[in-house]
Amino acid sequence: MLQLLGNLNGPQTIGNGRAFWIGFAVVLALAIAYPLGFDPYDVGNAAYFLIWIFAALGLSLMWGYTGILSFGQMAFFGIAGYGYGVISINLSATGGMTLLALAAAVAVAALFAAVLGYFMIYGRVGGVFFGIVTFATTLALAAFMGQTAGPEWAIGRARFNGYNGMGGMPPLELPWFGEPVLLEGTVLYYSILALLLVVYLGLRWLVNGRFGNVLVAIREDPLRAELLGYDIRKYQLAVFVLGSSLAALSGGLYTAWGQFITPAVMGLPSAAMPIIWVAFSGRADLTATLVGTFVLLLSFQALTVYSQQYALILMGALLLITVLFVPSGFVSGISQWLRRSHGGIRTRESLS
Amino acid sequence: MTAMLEVRGLHKHFGGLNVLADVDLVIDTGEIHCLIGPNGAGKSTLFKVMVGTYEPSAGTVRFLGADVTLRKPFERVRRGMSIKMQVPSVFRELPVLQNLVIALQQRLPKAGIDAEAERLLTLLELGAQARQAAGKLSHGQQQWLEIGMALALQPKLLLLDEPTAGMSPEETFRTGELIQRLNGEGMTVLVVEHDMTFIRQIAQKVTVLHFGKVFAQGPVEAIVRDPRVAEIYLGKTHGH
Repeated sequence: MLQLLGNLNGPQTIGNGRAFWIGFAVVLALAIAYPLGFDPYDVGNAAYFLIWIFAALGLSLMWGYTGILSFGQMAFFGIAGYGYGVISINLSATGGMTLLALAAAVAVAALFAAVLGYFMIYGRVGGVFFGIVTFATTLALAAFMGQTAGPEWAIGRARFNGYNGMGGMPPLELPWFGEPVLLEGTVLYYSILALLLVVYLGLRWLVNGRFGNVLVAIREDPLRAELLGYDIRKYQLAVFVLGSSLAALSGGLYTAWGQFITPAVMGLPSAAMPIIWVAFSGRADLTATLVGTFVLLLSFQALTVYSQQYALILMGALLLITVLFVPSGFVSGISQWLRRSHGGIRTRESLS
Repeated sequence: MTAMLEVRGLHKHFGGLNVLADVDLVIDTGEIHCLIGPNGAGKSTLFKVMVGTYEPSAGTVRFLGADVTLRKPFERVRRGMSIKMQVPSVFRELPVLQNLVIALQQRLPKAGIDAEAERLLTLLELGAQARQAAGKLSHGQQQWLEIGMALALQPKLLLLDEPTAGMSPEETFRTGELIQRLNGEGMTVLVVEHDMTFIRQIAQKVTVLHFGKVFAQGPVEAIVRDPRVAEIYLGKTHGH
């Protein structure tokens, strides 16, 4: 039966056995059933958590699988967020046009990633400097957007409004027979859940195939990978664009969800968040990243209700603890411990 | 015999330091060619210029008739070179089998990879360690695995920089046998080495590098008997 799953299973993902996929089906069934028992506000909230996971998966692909530490996830998040605002406001988008506006916003961010990535990767900016340049880019964008308060800072009818943020963009609508369906509450939740499922399985398929083999080879030893005949810069650029585009998808969805975006999403605390989620979860595994990020977002929000400052301090402390004591990440660590104590979950070593 | 790799008028300097000066070297198709010389002679620099990790200050490198002087390493590999660097570099966190698969998928479709990986594991005597992380292998086994990864590409020219460094005499001897067997199957091999016993075992032609220049060149028997070579090099390492 596992053979049917093909590249969804493989050496680059934790959890390849029957037990894992049964667990996966159970979690998916619970996620599908969840809106039935909760009020629409909670369901909308859950959709909000799911939105961020795309950015985390993108970072896991870049950092955990390919060894590229990008501090720029929130820059692409912001570009797509503002991009969605500018495009949808100017088109007065409704129905399927809102989805096209989202796709166009992600494409703009992907193009930006391609240009930035090209100069960095072909200019041999590597290691920690890659993180520094992407981090500086993020903060520069935040500062730039912050000074756009004046009325002259607008594209068409879309005003940037500096630190007050851009609002007034339409929510996403799904074209439907008769009239479009507004993506909010339960419908939004199901749409994002479906999208997340496609992205998660798609990434699993990607990392367990030939492409993924080259990515981990680059992470382990870039020169060795090149000496096997791989044009590693092309792979690094492709991964940077893909990973950044996933952050852009988060940004576009987030802006459409709240109909609002501010430069603060590209500020320092925000820019550090994807790093913390992914490091805490276990950067070298997609499943660990997905689960860990969701848990962290949930706890972060629960804490923020009491105090945002303390929540931030706790996040910082969590990063320190992870780096010092569980460098491979907590969720990855727990799954390894489970494997050792039960031997039930087939993982990397036990799978060819 | 036709030239597989041809180096002409090669210079390499780092700032004011001249490491290679006017080096000519021809590796003919089908031979095992050894590059020797005392420490600091410029062997590794010459090797790096040949594989493309260093750009020469002047001179040309031609491979199979084409000028590859400014070509990147991966482009040279795709033309038929295969390279093992001095420091063993395997993908340490990945299983031995996956190390080979990453190399094999470069030239084989998915269907052919398993059988070929199995064949290489047997050849390298690493069958029992196939699922172990490559970083857990002994030093000699890592060297073999890396040679295996280089072989996986089925190269026309195999370039090995000190392939027996850190190996026991027995492992060294078996590595020599492997290289001779590959050469018997038609592969051209260039080896950078220190170990004279090993060179006597495998070499057909030897180039001696000294202070960045070609000091002597010829069949291994002649080089071993050359008193000038013995003076600069063999005298110090005889019986090594």
